[in-house]
Amino acid sequence: MSSIAVSTTINDDDVEFLCQPNETLLDVLRNRLGLMGAKEGCGTGDCGACSTIMDGRVVCSCLVLGAEAQGRTIETIEGMAKGSELHPLQRKFIEHAALQCGICTPGFLMAAKALLEVNPDPTESQIRFWLAGNLCRCTGYDKIVRAVQDAAAELRGDTP
Amino acid sequence: MSFDAAYQSKPFNSVGTRPLRPDGVDKVTGRARYGADFNMPGQLVARVLRSAHAHAKIKSIDTSRAEAVKGVKAVVTATDLPDLTDGDPALFAVLDNCIAREKVMYDGHAVAAVAAIDENAAKAALQLIEVDYEILPHVIDVDAATLPDAPVLNEAIFTQGVEPTPTTPSNVANRSEFGHGDVKVGFAQADFVVERSYKTEQTHQGYIEPHACVASCNPDGTAELWVCTQGHFVYRQICADLLGLEASKLRVTPSEIGGGFGGKTHVWAEPVALALSRKANRPVKLIMSREEVFRASGPTSATSIDVKIGAKQDGTITAAEATLRYTSGPYADMWAELGAMTSFACYDLMNVKTVGLEVVVNRPKVAAYRAPSAPMAAFAVESTIDELAQKIGMDSVDFRIKNAASEGTQSSYGPVYGPIGIGPTLEAAKAHPHMSAALGENQGRGMACGFWFNFGGQTCTDLNISADGTVTIAVGTVDVGGSRASLSLIAAEELGISYDCIKAVIADTSMLGYNDMTDGSRGTFSTSMATISAARNAIEVMRQRVALMWEIPLEDVYWEDGHAHAAGTKHGNRAPLSVKDIAAEAANTGGPIAGHSELVADGAGVSFATHICDIEVDPETGSSRVARYTVIQDAGKAVHPSYVEGQYQGGAAQGIGWALNEEYIYGEDGRLQNPGFLDYRIPVCSDLPMIDTQILEIPNPNHPYGVRGVGETSIVPPLAAIANAVSNAVGVRMAHIPVSPPRILAALNDAKD
Repeated sequence: MSSIAVSTTINDDDVEFLCQPNETLLDVLRNRLGLMGAKEGCGTGDCGACSTIMDGRVVCSCLVLGAEAQGRTIETIEGMAKGSELHPLQRKFIEHAALQCGICTPGFLMAAKALLEVNPDPTESQIRFWLAGNLCRCTGYDKIVRAVQDAAAELRGDTP
Repeated sequence: MSFDAAYQSKPFNSVGTRPLRPDGVDKVTGRARYGADFNMPGQLVARVLRSAHAHAKIKSIDTSRAEAVKGVKAVVTATDLPDLTDGDPALFAVLDNCIAREKVMYDGHAVAAVAAIDENAAKAALQLIEVDYEILPHVIDVDAATLPDAPVLNEAIFTQGVEPTPTTPSNVANRSEFGHGDVKVGFAQADFVVERSYKTEQTHQGYIEPHACVASCNPDGTAELWVCTQGHFVYRQICADLLGLEASKLRVTPSEIGGGFGGKTHVWAEPVALALSRKANRPVKLIMSREEVFRASGPTSATSIDVKIGAKQDGTITAAEATLRYTSGPYADMWAELGAMTSFACYDLMNVKTVGLEVVVNRPKVAAYRAPSAPMAAFAVESTIDELAQKIGMDSVDFRIKNAASEGTQSSYGPVYGPIGIGPTLEAAKAHPHMSAALGENQGRGMACGFWFNFGGQTCTDLNISADGTVTIAVGTVDVGGSRASLSLIAAEELGISYDCIKAVIADTSMLGYNDMTDGSRGTFSTSMATISAARNAIEVMRQRVALMWEIPLEDVYWEDGHAHAAGTKHGNRAPLSVKDIAAEAANTGGPIAGHSELVADGAGVSFATHICDIEVDPETGSSRVARYTVIQDAGKAVHPSYVEGQYQGGAAQGIGWALNEEYIYGEDGRLQNPGFLDYRIPVCSDLPMIDTQILEIPNPNHPYGVRGVGETSIVPPLAAIANAVSNAVGVRMAHIPVSPPRILAALNDAKD
């Protein structure tokens, strides 16, 4: 199979890569670009550990072909903090002990970021349904939901 | 130096606080490196060929066409992993499970593996490996496997533990028995007896990170293994034994671990990766797919359990009996034995008898899953307890309180208990607002208790003090849920310094003495004991240094609040010296300051929990929803309460999934039909409510700070608590886990007829 040349934007950087026609965006990120923050938990779009944001929408990068990234704008976990300053969601996940093993955390953070961009004041139920595509086996989700609620309040500027 | 592990009550400064975890930033920025996140120069990609048959003889394997594929560097079969197990059946089971020898024993059993320069070449090669099978009859169900006409999996298995040993082979590998008193006498004294049979289906730990490793064998007999594991020292020994390596020449580095829950205490494909690397003479990366994880890495047992309990009118239990049949996959193991030991551990019983039967079936080799074997036994026993309380007309909590074990009780599995938390968790449940809250329409409330032993084991820790007074602790127990935070708190407490001055790292096998695995809820219990011991040894060194600096006798230097002090008034008004002060002078007083500890952490305090849940059932569809859930558990001492709560919540969520939905579904052909997260559905965020927790602290007398293991017990009560809640909601006793919508609907329809 001959490779396909792709030009795309990842975390505000112009990126070019070659990939096989059957190669997923997840494989490209991890194996060709060294962006290993997205994880493969299933490879079938069921676990959300590979969640990234493409043109503002959460996608499972295992279900996107590398070639489909052409001309798109992609955000990964590696671009979430601005320099040494963590995104409020990242900070609140640590403060609320919302991670144990942490393998699902990058996916949850990506999905939660996309949620708060479209809905800055989600109810608990809205958070739970938005994050239903991300599996966590360690926490029982309780502290994850609280971390998202707290980050949302901070981003809205609510006083605690 | 002798170490006194006895509990001493004292006020804490660091322990019990909730600082940020040290690995937090790495994990929220994507920098933490898990099993699949590591690469080596010249690394090859491995893929494993797995059986599609549940039971078949391997007549021949032809790998020649696969070897000819361009880019393929090695193909291995059982021939490349010769049997070096020297008659050790447990080790042979690991070997045979890694790569099948004479027979494949389940759908997904590995038969061959390929290492190639890329995935495409590896996949192409797999398709060209020709295996000639003679298909044999198979058996999947635990009860079917014990019938006289069942296909026998292993002609060499004659039931152990019965006298005389049978002369015909069977699928019941072992019989174990526990208890005391005379149950016949006890049942004769009973006013009420409840007897019922239960089943539970096979579930998977469901860690989100598939098994992954990078193996590199060198021609000089040295090797390296990077792997996600709960116990790198154990992996080292097993892999070295199977590969014929010297243990010290195999360096195993544990990656960050993306969940294990017991499933990463067992070796699966790592010896195969090492064998490929040895044959190809290049590093090899092997990552299981999710489908492989389900088909070929360890699920828990499927079970069939009979329980009989009798009680007097006043609620005193007079006798309790259980027979527990547990599948162990194709190899003999001790899962039913653990079930038999834990069944009645919550209660103070005059007459009790449990029998465990290990059943081999054509399913994957069973692995530990969080308090392994206890949840199913608790489901059967706690369901029967509830039914009996109802029959007597007693409140289910009061009935349990009346019969609860306490200090001095002889447990149903033998030992006499020290101070334990079953009574206090029940009293807390009785007083909890959840217990008296009103229920909505179609809702039922259930509660249940759970027990787990907890383990201690071999532990080795190094504590090094830098010249700037900051401290590194190197530990050998993998951090699965925040133990670097809890161990840093322990070191800070013992040394009397700030949590922020401590850095905890997980050392690889070449850097530290042997450590048992992070299993049996032992990570924080045992390694905190070794950390306290190491800190005390470092304090002893610091006292010696201060005696030198002050030129006074050692016995006149004492340690308090993180400082060395001069005793009495005879040495003048010396200002106390901090760790930082002492460390700064280390080069002039004898060199680096360190404390080491090697110990066997005896005395892991047993653990008890009581759970309460409300379930709402839709009577038309049988679908259910957890409306409210409360966990009450004894932690001994909660070192970092947030991560103790996390263990309580996580275990409860896993138990909820097991109780309501998760199960391995096999077809008539013996093939697993749901090896993926779409069809094997673990709880998602929208399935669950907040999970309330209440931490009780009944100090473990065998730990300096009173710590008990907390990781596992939380998965023990949920199966029973949910089954009791559903049974109460629908008015029908649910005796088959999971209580999935079809089973609830069938029960409702049966009740109508």
